[in-house]
Amino acid sequence: LLRDEIKIKTEMLSKIVRAVVTQSQSNKYSAWSGARSTASLMWTDFWELSMRALAPFMTSVRRGGTVTEATFQTQPYKLHRLDEPPSTTSICSRDDALLFYRQMQIIRRLESASSNLYKEKAIRGFCHLYSGQEAICVGVKAALRSQDSVITAYRDHGWAYVMGCSIVSIMAELTGRTQGVARGKGGSMHMYTKNFYGGNGIVGAQVPVGAGVALANKYLENGGICVALYGDGAANQGQLYEAYNMAKLMSLPAVFICENNGYGMGTSVDRASASTNYYTRGDYVPGIWIDGMDVLSVREAIRYCIDYCTSGKGPLVLEVATYRYHGHSMSDPGTSYRTRDEIQEVRQTRDPIMLFKDHIIGADLVTADELKKIDNEVRKEVDEAVKIAKTDKEIAVQELATDVYLNPVETTIRGTTPFDPYTHRRLSKVANLH
Amino acid sequence: MAISATRIAKRLSGVLSQSFSTSRAATASQLTVRDALNSALDEEMERDETVFLMGEEVAQYDGAYKISRGLWKKYGDKRVIDTPITESGFAGIAVGAAMGGLRPVCEFMTFNFSMQAIDHVVNSASKTFYMSAGLIHVPIVFRGPNGAAAGVGAQHSQCFASWYSQCPGLKVVSPYSSEDAKGLLKAAIRDPDPVVVLENELLYGTSFDVSDEVLSKDFVLPLGKAVVEREGQHITLVAHSRAVMLALEAATALAGEGVECEVINLRSLRPLDEETIVKSVIKTHNLVTVEQGWPQCGIGSEICARVVESPAYHYLESPVIRVTGVDVPMPYAKSLEIACIPQPHDVIKAVKKVLKIK
Repeated sequence: LLRDEIKIKTEMLSKIVRAVVTQSQSNKYSAWSGARSTASLMWTDFWELSMRALAPFMTSVRRGGTVTEATFQTQPYKLHRLDEPPSTTSICSRDDALLFYRQMQIIRRLESASSNLYKEKAIRGFCHLYSGQEAICVGVKAALRSQDSVITAYRDHGWAYVMGCSIVSIMAELTGRTQGVARGKGGSMHMYTKNFYGGNGIVGAQVPVGAGVALANKYLENGGICVALYGDGAANQGQLYEAYNMAKLMSLPAVFICENNGYGMGTSVDRASASTNYYTRGDYVPGIWIDGMDVLSVREAIRYCIDYCTSGKGPLVLEVATYRYHGHSMSDPGTSYRTRDEIQEVRQTRDPIMLFKDHIIGADLVTADELKKIDNEVRKEVDEAVKIAKTDKEIAVQELATDVYLNPVETTIRGTTPFDPYTHRRLSKVANLH
Repeated sequence: MAISATRIAKRLSGVLSQSFSTSRAATASQLTVRDALNSALDEEMERDETVFLMGEEVAQYDGAYKISRGLWKKYGDKRVIDTPITESGFAGIAVGAAMGGLRPVCEFMTFNFSMQAIDHVVNSASKTFYMSAGLIHVPIVFRGPNGAAAGVGAQHSQCFASWYSQCPGLKVVSPYSSEDAKGLLKAAIRDPDPVVVLENELLYGTSFDVSDEVLSKDFVLPLGKAVVEREGQHITLVAHSRAVMLALEAATALAGEGVECEVINLRSLRPLDEETIVKSVIKTHNLVTVEQGWPQCGIGSEICARVVESPAYHYLESPVIRVTGVDVPMPYAKSLEIACIPQPHDVIKAVKKVLKIK
């Protein structure tokens, strides 16, 4: 077993060296660099990747069995107007290890299945996939409490899942069927559940709305925070700065998180933003840069944010560096503005699920067999959900006139002609009734 | 029929104190539209702790048009919030607050500025209940002055009645009298859906007779119901907001010539009270719509289309005529501005044409 450990670590190291050499030959570092020399970048990458791979496992290793918890080093943070970083270590229990792994695998599998369904034309319109970014939603949710809320943009399938929507309901919403989160009336970009305000289609709009949810939290004194996510593309929207300003003025418990995956649709960050240091873009709002491929680093960062925001210090702006394997959406192959090598390199050296797997196996929190078992279960679950998503019926056409208003004044809704009006009906149980 | 310049000037400056409403019940007092809105806000904030007001100058300045006078002093910073001049941001924040458990009243200093925030009114607020299949509701009120004022120029004079009333998921009201203002704003605040309240700056200072009932703390008006301000049998005039005053003035003048106009005050634009209009047209057989906004795709266009599609069509003795603002951006020069907004003589001319009298 010691031999196995050495084998794993040697493999990791050779992977890293290979990747760093390959990367140095490409021009793009996307989210991972600033304007520095290639040599310095190579060294930083090697150092960062090694630290991750060889992170000192301070565990009491029991050969042949598993431990109940292990302590890991978090990835280095970068700070803006803050003195103290989030915790440099993270204790991960065995249960959490299994949970986070499972959640990330479900999301990866779900997105992969969605990709296939889209190609089969079972999903129409827009479909923005989250593969590669799983560590963010899993890590954030791991730190949130029941009174906290989340709002994000259209790359929301993973978020819908961690916030409580079932795999079946997500896939059925994508195919527009009755068992969908919104009975098929919303689609890919409009999934909601308690304390999860979507799923929003207009780039940037979710950010001031998220600040508003934080205002409600503060006003109602329920101790909750609101996490409002956006991408590197949305990071230049004016309404974000309006939101930062008011959140800071009113000390709202809002955490604004930029999921920087290096590209806003087909435009790399350097072509869209005069400043790509998104965690500093809040200016007078303090910020933190986080390695978004490490689920535990994300979790520790959010724990820090919850502490900060709930002690009346106001908002924070986070930048979580990540990567998306798929194109912007299903209509974008994702290879016209970046190389296949770049995508491969991330998959091989920085995949969040692979990294976490290496960590937790290496720390003897779990065995490889257990994870394999989870993989099979996940595959089965998602396959079954796909079956349901394909065979479930759409809602009755009459239901297009349902739930337009919570308190409808008129009983009818005009159809395509005045001759056959629909009847407005109330069907739903409202999740945020007040 | 000449209208004196002084009368027009008085009307435009909103100093007119004579009531044109033919409200039922014993008249007890006079109330300005401003005070009506103020008491509506005050009463609803007192009644429900989750109701709060936000907008530019609403707190320490007492409101750009003094609608929120005294509220910050009474309720404090938590419930009356001055915002920076960032409509897109604060409208979004108001929507989020509504989703998160509060009942915000989001004031636009005028609805012209709502264009900066219209994405939040329509996409973030009005569509959410439907897109979520009824999971998330947005109990928000967007309010402020709408339409032409006096000498404020093109960018500050647009009427947004058509734009907002087109959107399913929204409710839109356009009060005329103090009774309308109080009852509709209170109903809007209590409503669990997003409501747009289109007020009128020039009406803020106008006094109306109000009954004791109107002054009570639970006076609400039903959304989606119009009111017949004046009964008549020869022709129906349908108007909303300030144009109601215009229609009533024309009706008074026409009555002197033996023409009895039925004047309908829409009160709500969405839902539009089609039933009341159709019933009236079936009775009078003639229809003229009156509004201050632009003609194309205006409220009058919608009313005309609906009447044509209804049983009332067969009762029409003449085509429906719309009296609207002139199809240009609003000019500043006084005589031009007057010419751009319908005056009583425009309504009278339209009525006479429709009734084929000289």
